Amino acid sequence: MSDSTNPMARRDHTHDSVEPDGPRPRHRLSGRNIMIYGTLIMISLYYLLPLYVMVVTSLKGMPEIRLGSIFAPPVDITFEPWVKAWSGACTGLNCDGLSRGFWNSVQILVPSTLLSIAIASVNGYALANWRFRGADVFFTILIIGAFIPYQVMIYPIVILLREMGLYGSLSGLVLVHTVFGMPILTLLFRNYFTSVPVELFKAARVDGAGFWRIYLSIMLPMSLPIFVVAMILQVTGIWNDFLFGVIYTRPENYPMTVQLNNIVNSVQGVKEYNVNMAATLLTGAVPLLVYFVSGKLFVRGIAAGAVKG
Amino acid sequence: MHTTCKALFVSAVIGASSASAAELEVTHWWTSGGEAAAVAELASAFNATGNTWVDGAIAGSGSTARPIMISRITGGDPMAATQFNHGRQAEELVEAGLMRDLTDIAEAEGWKDVVHPISLLDACTIDGRIYCAPVNIHSWQWLWLSHKAFEDAGIPVPTNWDDYVKAAPALEAAGKIPLAMGQQSWQSAGAFSVLMVAIAGKEIYEQVYADHDAEVAAGPDIARVFKAADDARKMSKDTKVQDWNQATNMVITGQAGGQIMGDWAQGEFQIAGQVAGEDYTCLPGLGVNQIISTSGDAFYFPVMDNEEQSEAQGVLAATMLKPDTQVAFNLKKGSLPVRSDVNQEAANDCMRKGLEILAAGNTIPDTNQLVSPDTNSQIEDLFSEFFNDSSITVEDAQSRFADIVADAD
Amino acid sequence: MPGDARPKGIFKNLTAKIAAIPMVLTAMVVFLGCSVWTIVYSFTSSKLLPKTRWVGLDQYERLWGSRRWLVSIENLAIYGILALVLSLMIGFMLAALLDQKIRFENTFRSILLYPFALSFIVTGLVWQWILNPEFGVQNIVRAMGFENFIFDPLYNADIVIYGVLIAGLWQGTGLVMCLMLAGLRGIDEDIWKAARVDGIPTWKTYVLIVIPMMRPVFITTLVIITSGIIKLYDLIVAQTGGGPGLASEVPAKYVYDMMFLSQNLGQGFAASTMMLLAVVIIIIPWAYLEFGGKRHV
Repeated sequence: MSDSTNPMARRDHTHDSVEPDGPRPRHRLSGRNIMIYGTLIMISLYYLLPLYVMVVTSLKGMPEIRLGSIFAPPVDITFEPWVKAWSGACTGLNCDGLSRGFWNSVQILVPSTLLSIAIASVNGYALANWRFRGADVFFTILIIGAFIPYQVMIYPIVILLREMGLYGSLSGLVLVHTVFGMPILTLLFRNYFTSVPVELFKAARVDGAGFWRIYLSIMLPMSLPIFVVAMILQVTGIWNDFLFGVIYTRPENYPMTVQLNNIVNSVQGVKEYNVNMAATLLTGAVPLLVYFVSGKLFVRGIAAGAVKG
Repeated sequence: MHTTCKALFVSAVIGASSASAAELEVTHWWTSGGEAAAVAELASAFNATGNTWVDGAIAGSGSTARPIMISRITGGDPMAATQFNHGRQAEELVEAGLMRDLTDIAEAEGWKDVVHPISLLDACTIDGRIYCAPVNIHSWQWLWLSHKAFEDAGIPVPTNWDDYVKAAPALEAAGKIPLAMGQQSWQSAGAFSVLMVAIAGKEIYEQVYADHDAEVAAGPDIARVFKAADDARKMSKDTKVQDWNQATNMVITGQAGGQIMGDWAQGEFQIAGQVAGEDYTCLPGLGVNQIISTSGDAFYFPVMDNEEQSEAQGVLAATMLKPDTQVAFNLKKGSLPVRSDVNQEAANDCMRKGLEILAAGNTIPDTNQLVSPDTNSQIEDLFSEFFNDSSITVEDAQSRFADIVADAD
Repeated sequence: MPGDARPKGIFKNLTAKIAAIPMVLTAMVVFLGCSVWTIVYSFTSSKLLPKTRWVGLDQYERLWGSRRWLVSIENLAIYGILALVLSLMIGFMLAALLDQKIRFENTFRSILLYPFALSFIVTGLVWQWILNPEFGVQNIVRAMGFENFIFDPLYNADIVIYGVLIAGLWQGTGLVMCLMLAGLRGIDEDIWKAARVDGIPTWKTYVLIVIPMMRPVFITTLVIITSGIIKLYDLIVAQTGGGPGLASEVPAKYVYDMMFLSQNLGQGFAASTMMLLAVVIIIIPWAYLEFGGKRHV
């Protein structure tokens, strides 16, 4: 672990001594920057390749897909597949594409995401800062729960919901999402809150703040990045969920993924790859939007970190 | 909370339709273009009776639809009708008393007299009562051959399996894949059962699949079938696709000489604008033994508390087997109707061959009707391995096959 | 609020306990309850519906006599170890790069994260195309003049699991990167300043100071990655269907296929009980280390 093995680090070090008060180093067009951007751009290309294939395919007609290379740009650009995926593809008798389930998905997504994050963040906070006897046992069971394949739990949960009178209703589905999101989210929040300096918490206690006030006025504002991660996890998971949506609700509440599944997963007949790709990209649009918008919160997380000191 | 939601929904929907009619939610997995058009025929026929078909389409049979159906039924909120591969898959639901008895409808409609072959109805019958309505017939025993591939190789299109195997080197020399076969396990296992009927004949097939006779399965007849499967394995080793329709597409474009696949492959040729007899040839029973199996789709009707809905379920079942519905539905679906007394004018070349074989009574029950899904998937696993791993010897595979047959239920 | 006077003893615990009721209920009723239910029914011959026809250990005997199950375990081990190590390493490296106050951070982050948003059904299909020798990467490289180039991971039983790994990493590292980035953002700026004043090189600061401080985040990430690996199912179904042959089968697929395709619930439950047992064997010692002895606050 000698310094000399890493010339990069060396250079950093010497540069830093020139401007010791700055944050972390930042130079334009230095070798270091070329390396950072070069690596990121290379990796981004690898990440974008499948997206490129999907977009290109979604803009081709079926004959072109049958014959051409998957990497070739479309000769005749057509937006037909996109239109069809959104408003024309058939799900049995209903030929109105993905649009049919869009609002259902929103209705499932919003309460499920908010409720699961609210409950899990309080759980995590209680576990990290207000430990009580037995908490660890419950928490361990919860973590083990994160590893159980969902499908195994389907039937017992049907029975539970039936006994609670919630089977087939939207609230039942929200509950299921909250329950299955809980292990990972609780762990996420617990571990993040654990790394918040204890002094802050103690100081607030000295000022007479209670459980909820510390949570709302100290923990919440400091934890934006982790709330963003939680939101990314839940929005993606719930939005893309197919199994629970279709098992625990009735057809009038079916989420958009049911249509996606029906478009993509038809057992027989011709596979319309272009419509499949367009449908996938359209379904992915909501989580993507959330990722992009939440980026602002990540940047604010830097500021939060700076305040901490 | 739950009841209010439900009440709101019910009132909203009833407001939109006539007040006296029953609404039936029907779950099925027909979602592609042609399939959806076929379902529309069933729905409009049912709606014409004054009731309303509420569509609950979910693509993907086994792992997708089954948990949904069972959850809905055990959760006390069943759909009114659901598609199921008829055969032994729904046995247990019937035994648990969760499915509506359709015997009264079947008797009133005279199903016993019109359904042909009668084995379709037998598959719906448990302890003498009828629990499902068969709607179509699909058969597995077809070999599809590409005229273009054989032209390119400069040889005539073969008329049976043996000639086809002999033609394989010429096809290979012309840069063709002799036999296209997707990698999914059901395709491998299906191809094997097709070979079995064609090479070993109907009796052996029934002894193995219906009687679960392990000695026959280990015997010389099945050894010949495995020899043929080994040929098929060599001929198909360069197929690098998963889905059956991708493999069919290789036949359509002439990259592959042929494919063993059920009559549903017909639709792919049709959509590609190919004409039977000109662009491709279909050989039922691989051109050896003209026997076809009769599998297909059927609808089951979960027991419902509501008297009116229960009544409507009977109407739906009866409607599905009416001659007009059968013709309209099966034409769009590309399958054969379950009754022989209907008009077949529109059938094409290959379908006619199938109808002739049906009329001659050269049919066998499908493997789904003979063995449990559990046994079926063990067989699928074996052939998926066999066809993809040339290091498994014929003898080894046969002894494993015999073991599965011995344990079959 | 009960916090006017400084809460102590039972009061302090009371609010936290009330707040934790949903967690306790979930843990006990859903996870513990359902697991016990599953284990109980693994000793029955349940087929399509759960029924109490006891068969002792029959299901387990069949499970361990099944080639497919053994192949599945081996695949999961290979995939699991590689996916875990690689996604942690790549994810951390990417997060560290993004944390350099670079421009376009938001764009880069979105690019790295977007695969996470797309459904597995189609991403499996796209990777199936890209890795297909006939029209994917192999074809492109050959067209560039390397006639003998061979790259067909999905059709070679020996390496198929690595083909799945390529797609799995593509889908999952974005999230790991995000978690790591959140962790890095939680590290105090002063620590970096102090490290620089002491003349500690950047990489050493990461290894010796930052990573140990991020231990909780690493644990979270570890659990998220491993639970994802154990549940690996959709990607396999979409990309290889478990093939060629049985070469890319995984335990979760065995469980689902047994339950819903073979209609053999008992066998599926037996397999999931084994998976559960493996998880418990790993988690319990970890929980003991994590919670045993030391008390926080």
